[in-house]
Amino acid sequence: MTKMITLDDVTKRFGGSAEVAVRGLSMEIDEGEIVVLVGPSGCGKTTTMKMINRLIEPTSGTITVAGSDVMRHDPVQLRRTIGYVIQNVGLMPHRTIEQNIATVPRLLNWKAERIRDRVRELLDIFDLSDGLLDRYPSELSGGQRQRVGVARALAADPPVMLMDEPFGAVDPIIRARLQDQFLDIQRQLQKTVVFVTHDIDEAIQMSDRIAILNQGAKIEQMAAPEEILRTPTNDFVRNFVGAERGLRRLGLIRIADIEVEEGPVVQSDASVSEARAAMEKFDFDWTTVLEGERLLGWIDASDLEVHDSVAKTQPRPFSAHVVANDSLRQALDSIVTSRTHIAVVVSDGDKYEGILTMARISREIIS
Amino acid sequence: MSGQPFFRFDWVWDHRDDIMTRLGEHLELTLIAVFLGFLIAFPISLFAYRHRRVYAPITWVAGILYTIPSLALFAFLAPFTGLSVTTAEMGLVSYTLLILIRNIVGGLDGVPEDVREVARGMGYTPRQMLWKVELPLAVPVIFAGVRIATVTTIGLVTVTALIGQGGFGYFILQGLSRFFSTATILGAVLSIALAVLADRLLIAMEHRLTPWARARGGAV
Repeated sequence: MTKMITLDDVTKRFGGSAEVAVRGLSMEIDEGEIVVLVGPSGCGKTTTMKMINRLIEPTSGTITVAGSDVMRHDPVQLRRTIGYVIQNVGLMPHRTIEQNIATVPRLLNWKAERIRDRVRELLDIFDLSDGLLDRYPSELSGGQRQRVGVARALAADPPVMLMDEPFGAVDPIIRARLQDQFLDIQRQLQKTVVFVTHDIDEAIQMSDRIAILNQGAKIEQMAAPEEILRTPTNDFVRNFVGAERGLRRLGLIRIADIEVEEGPVVQSDASVSEARAAMEKFDFDWTTVLEGERLLGWIDASDLEVHDSVAKTQPRPFSAHVVANDSLRQALDSIVTSRTHIAVVVSDGDKYEGILTMARISREIIS
Repeated sequence: MSGQPFFRFDWVWDHRDDIMTRLGEHLELTLIAVFLGFLIAFPISLFAYRHRRVYAPITWVAGILYTIPSLALFAFLAPFTGLSVTTAEMGLVSYTLLILIRNIVGGLDGVPEDVREVARGMGYTPRQMLWKVELPLAVPVIFAGVRIATVTTIGLVTVTALIGQGGFGYFILQGLSRFFSTATILGAVLSIALAVLADRLLIAMEHRLTPWARARGGAV
């Protein structure tokens, strides 16, 4: 994979202060990957990001973007080729949404028609209505503003995006939705993204790789989130990642990635003895009822005492079912809140896949 | 005053042509003063905004100009520039400077830092930043300054009647010197009405220039 951004022994010392904001940082970022810089406040993560588009000039060291040294470029021209999103969005209050999104294409002197089409395309991508075009930022909700901010950064289709806590200014529910939406869009666009946050959960969710930074932008560990959670290299990383490492790892594993258990199963036309055998096999007092592959529900031993065939019973729906695309963390949540302590896994609506138990899930973390 | 009514509408009616002439004079003195004042204050403000160290001395000088009593200033200037429009404008313009400079710099200071930062990050040149981001966003505060300067100047113009200018101030002076209340009241009422009208007009202009400042609420 080609390197899109490289930092080589980069140091930043702010004028007059003895404190070094970034000390000899080296880092390579692949094309199309999202690297999240995460660390305590004042660790130099934002300074590091701002040196890439020269909002801050490095004191020494070399930064290259797409193979060329950023110091050889005119900073204004350089910035027009790099998308930039900040926490408070910074939409121009005196410009309509259309004009805001069109900012960089206009600076690049695109033709009016091309700008028009591009703005509409972006609204569509970000699931924003055309009705917003003539609105001013103050008329939008927080979530809409953040989406417009990201759309604006993508307007001229820059290969590199710098995002400084881009979803920081909205409530957790909207933030989760914006994160998912951005990841969806990123799957299509494959931008190289440098993403700054102080929130480890956001880092885990958004990143291909996480760089955990200490004071002076010292890299304590840089790896895929799964690896950081599984094998933190030192106490700093362990402390930063927090006590819920196991739970957070579960958030990264999809149910489809592991083998689910078969569980007790009978077809809806089975006999009572077949149903009893299925329960005994797993030492359960209930069994799942299927019609072909379709999940009908569950029955228990007492149902079999009053009815003389499975067909005559009324299978009850599962309170906890999860889909193959959910994470193990979501499955665990279903399990702990269900009466049977079991989550039934379905795919394509109601196709039965199997069951998940607490024991099965904990095996994933221990392994 | 004896034997005369407090206010004579017939006198006002007889002098309607005179009123129109004085209105033209009043407007002219005001517009020139605010226009020239802005022309001088604008570059000074931009300079002070960019070079922060000079802001305090600039407002200090403008502040001194502002505090000189208008009568004293005219008395001081008259020997050099005579009882002329020039003398009147020199006074009027210098009174607008402090208000205008403070509001222009204040308006620019009020531009949100995140907007400035993201504009820089997207590749605005410093010049584009000033003309397309900072000044447009400073318009409401700058306009507030223009309004105050205009209203203040309309009031001050009446004083220039003492050096043979004055617009509506002419009536006030005439009334005072002849103990003729109708003229004094007419001059005062007309200059107040003009100030109120000018203020309304500038508010309307500002609304047209800043549609974004009124847009609030909407979709949640």
